[in-house]
Amino acid sequence: MNIWLELALTLVVMLVVVLTASLVTIYVELKAGSHMQARIGPYYAGGRWGWAQPLADGAKFLQKEDLAPAKADRPVYRLAPFVVMMSALGIFAVIPLGPDLVGAKLDLGVYFLLAISSFSALGVLMAGWSSANKYSLIGGLRAAAQLIAYEIPLILAVVAVVIQAGTMSLIGIVDAQQATLFTLGGIEVALPFILTGQLVSFFIFMIAAVAELSRIPFDMPIAESELTMGYLTEYTGIRFTMFFLGEYATVVGFSAIAATLYLGGYGAPFLPESMANVAGPAILLLKVSALVFVIIWIRFTWPRLREDQLQSMAWRWLIPISLINIAVIAVFKVAF
Amino acid sequence: MSKGIKFPFPGLFKGMALTFKTMVKKAPVTMYPDVKEIPVPRARGVISLDAEACTVCMLCARECPDWCIYIEGHKVEKAPSKPGGRVRTESILDRFDIDYGLCMYCGICVDVCPFDALFWSPEYEYSEMKISNLLHNQERLGEWLKTVPEPPALES
Repeated sequence: MNIWLELALTLVVMLVVVLTASLVTIYVELKAGSHMQARIGPYYAGGRWGWAQPLADGAKFLQKEDLAPAKADRPVYRLAPFVVMMSALGIFAVIPLGPDLVGAKLDLGVYFLLAISSFSALGVLMAGWSSANKYSLIGGLRAAAQLIAYEIPLILAVVAVVIQAGTMSLIGIVDAQQATLFTLGGIEVALPFILTGQLVSFFIFMIAAVAELSRIPFDMPIAESELTMGYLTEYTGIRFTMFFLGEYATVVGFSAIAATLYLGGYGAPFLPESMANVAGPAILLLKVSALVFVIIWIRFTWPRLREDQLQSMAWRWLIPISLINIAVIAVFKVAF
Repeated sequence: MSKGIKFPFPGLFKGMALTFKTMVKKAPVTMYPDVKEIPVPRARGVISLDAEACTVCMLCARECPDWCIYIEGHKVEKAPSKPGGRVRTESILDRFDIDYGLCMYCGICVDVCPFDALFWSPEYEYSEMKISNLLHNQERLGEWLKTVPEPPALES
């Protein structure tokens, strides 16, 4: 196939898939969150169960005026949402949906993921600084401090996986989780990393991922009761939508990373090799939805952490624990 | 372990169990415009006026804490009940308005009315697009009278 056609096809498919996934995530959050609060949430939009509510919200946002504050640093202000969105979409470029269903087969897939997902911190800082608003500035600074603090445990948790798998390629990591560990009564048993020693690093990864998303309980940067909306305060219309969609795309993205690194990605037990490309996306989708649901679930359950608690949790607990975790994993890797 | 840091895990997961249980339960929601919620019989929805019973004594207007009741009346002379008797006067109600933009639903007017001319009705659907339309006149207050429930039976 022509390389340009292939590129265009991959891009379109990816965009459609990611945006649909984000919209579905928004809908599930509206609906599941409402039911967790003994409400029923959107009901009339779209005729039944309010299924069209995210679309209606999107249409509403598109109609709004695209405002910029008078003293804003306009080019930066206008660019910031796209940086965040780009970072969110970039994650999906290397997530394998099947052995051959992957945007870009990189040998350094994990490295690329960590790099592109930290990129959103830049967009957030740009938004916070260029808005010329005190709330935005404080929110942006908090976000920067938080993203830097939680980037470290995130990376350290992933390092543990890389050590165990012995590769930085995401497909390699999935393959490592499908390798036969032992045979039990003639059945070859392969376990995902979460069951073979990566439980601690899975939890650290999820905590750090939720913090990276700056969602409750780590939503200090946009804490609406004290900072209005943090770095999003001045944004309206399409640019706000970009931030909004970007957040949910990142939720899906981080869940996909966690599913790939810890839950076996597109692989499932007893799945024949020939079926991997067909059933892979569905299996990954199942795992991703479970993780997305957990992220939504904790949003509607846990209270927000104070700024100092948030920082001390990262520096005094998560980083030491993940360092010890790496040491233990490395010892086991060498020993066995 | 430094001071002030407690292990938070049991509480966190108890909370998650609670939200999950709430999620799978049916939400106690009345679909309001489709299904009307029936207010309790003694709900303070709107005050209705029985103009026949009103004697223009002005007690309600005077007791109203925020002066939202406007009453105007005049007196007419009535023929004496017996020939050669004293000429009687009767008060005629010209205007009785309640401004629901001001009313704070304390119910003092209903309590002080000595002739049982004011009643609570549980109706609540009278919101308006213009605040001036919240001034209900005598006619409109009289219409609410149809919605007043029967008073509960007296305790013997």
